[in-house]
Amino acid sequence: MMSQKYNAIKLDRKDNVAVALRSIKPGEFLAVQGENEAIEIKENIPYGHKIATIFIPKDSKIIKYGECMGISTEEISPGYYVHVSNVRGLKEEERLSALMEVQQR
Amino acid sequence: MKTFEGYRRANGSIGVRNHVIVINTVGELAGLTKKMAQLVPGVIPVAHQAGKAQYPEDLEQTIRTLRGTAGHPNVSAALFLGMGEGDPAEEIVSALKKDGHHVHAITFQKGQSISVVLNEGKLWLEKAMERSRNEQKETADITELTIGLECGGSDAWSGITANPAIGVCSDAVVRDGGTSILAETTEAIGAEHILANRAVNPGVGEKFLKIVKDYEMRIRDTGEDIRSANPTPGNMAGGLTTLEEKSLGCIKKGGNSPLMEVVAYAQKPAEKGFIFMDTPGYDVESVAGLAAGGAQIVLFSTGKGSPTGSPIVPVIKIGTNPKLYEIMSEHIDVNAGKIIDGLNTIEEIGEEIYRKVIEAANGVPTAAEKHNNQEFAIWRLAETI
Repeated sequence: MMSQKYNAIKLDRKDNVAVALRSIKPGEFLAVQGENEAIEIKENIPYGHKIATIFIPKDSKIIKYGECMGISTEEISPGYYVHVSNVRGLKEEERLSALMEVQQR
Repeated sequence: MKTFEGYRRANGSIGVRNHVIVINTVGELAGLTKKMAQLVPGVIPVAHQAGKAQYPEDLEQTIRTLRGTAGHPNVSAALFLGMGEGDPAEEIVSALKKDGHHVHAITFQKGQSISVVLNEGKLWLEKAMERSRNEQKETADITELTIGLECGGSDAWSGITANPAIGVCSDAVVRDGGTSILAETTEAIGAEHILANRAVNPGVGEKFLKIVKDYEMRIRDTGEDIRSANPTPGNMAGGLTTLEEKSLGCIKKGGNSPLMEVVAYAQKPAEKGFIFMDTPGYDVESVAGLAAGGAQIVLFSTGKGSPTGSPIVPVIKIGTNPKLYEIMSEHIDVNAGKIIDGLNTIEEIGEEIYRKVIEAANGVPTAAEKHNNQEFAIWRLAETI
């Protein structure tokens, strides 16, 4: 087994979540390439799943790939698991307002 | 400045391969097309089931695909096989000839002996092969290169490793003045507002939204609802939370470049830069559309080792995870699984893919080419009549 320097990846610098490259356990520290901040993992994160890297207030955008992929349904602290229990997809009217932004530009 | 060595065609386009093909206009001739190709070593059959019993919109799409395939810069010469009165073979060939392509049509008539037809075709193909062997390569600029972007057999890693790395390559090709075409309209559902946001002007954005909406309506007519069915329970187990996230993982193959134009299936873009083509999620039909629209090379991410190739364009396979590369390395050209192992960044794999593109453009065969994987099918919108 080769040694892994990083246990997670950020797909864009603007993201507020990282993706686990292997399963990470509570008490471990997040190691994302290009980032030095030490974030302690608080929950079991299966590989391929997401972890909050900064404090995310309730009803705010979850950013992955530098884009909004959903809205938080509760506040999420760094090191916590980000998935269907605390994130929802966009509603039709939210998608429409994103489109209005396009057309008004 | 990045360059490659290719074959200059009479219409000014540049090919990265020098294929001689046989292609049928109607499905009834698919078997004969293969038989004809076997008569002359090196000739590639492009056989399909379309061309008959189709609604006008589908017939138009079929003919556009056949024209784009036979008139592709990677094709040195094409022999069309048609059948009976009103067959489009002659018409397609005369249009392609006007554009300087080396093409010929043989149209079967009632009561004609098959062996006579096979012999006529064999003689033409032998001369076409000889002609192609004498064609010389010349240096071309990357601005003359168009790549197509595709995925097939995706897994939980596709959106994390291979697709973002393809995005890095796509942005680099666009930055260097080349063209990159993202396909698969179905995969954009849920993130269409994000791609529309990147449109160079409102007209392009609206056209993109329309093709997504039209596609969704056609699917809804069959009783399916993509929006409520996604992400699937399997997707969620793999870590995908929302439909937006799933779709973003697909459309990020197109990187972050502005969207310059939206084209129909198998339509050649008029603009350079980042383009979207309306194609289905089915990889074989989508790759055929990208090729017919002028892509000389297709980048293809796979998590399950889909072997899909093309009879006329090199398909570069980018594997999403280390295990796939371990088991199926013979099918994979670039191992994006190295990102998971922490050996490379997304940017580094993107650069490796770009190097593969140049290598393939210079004539080095891809994994799919080494295996003679030459799938070809034309997208149908409506029922068979």
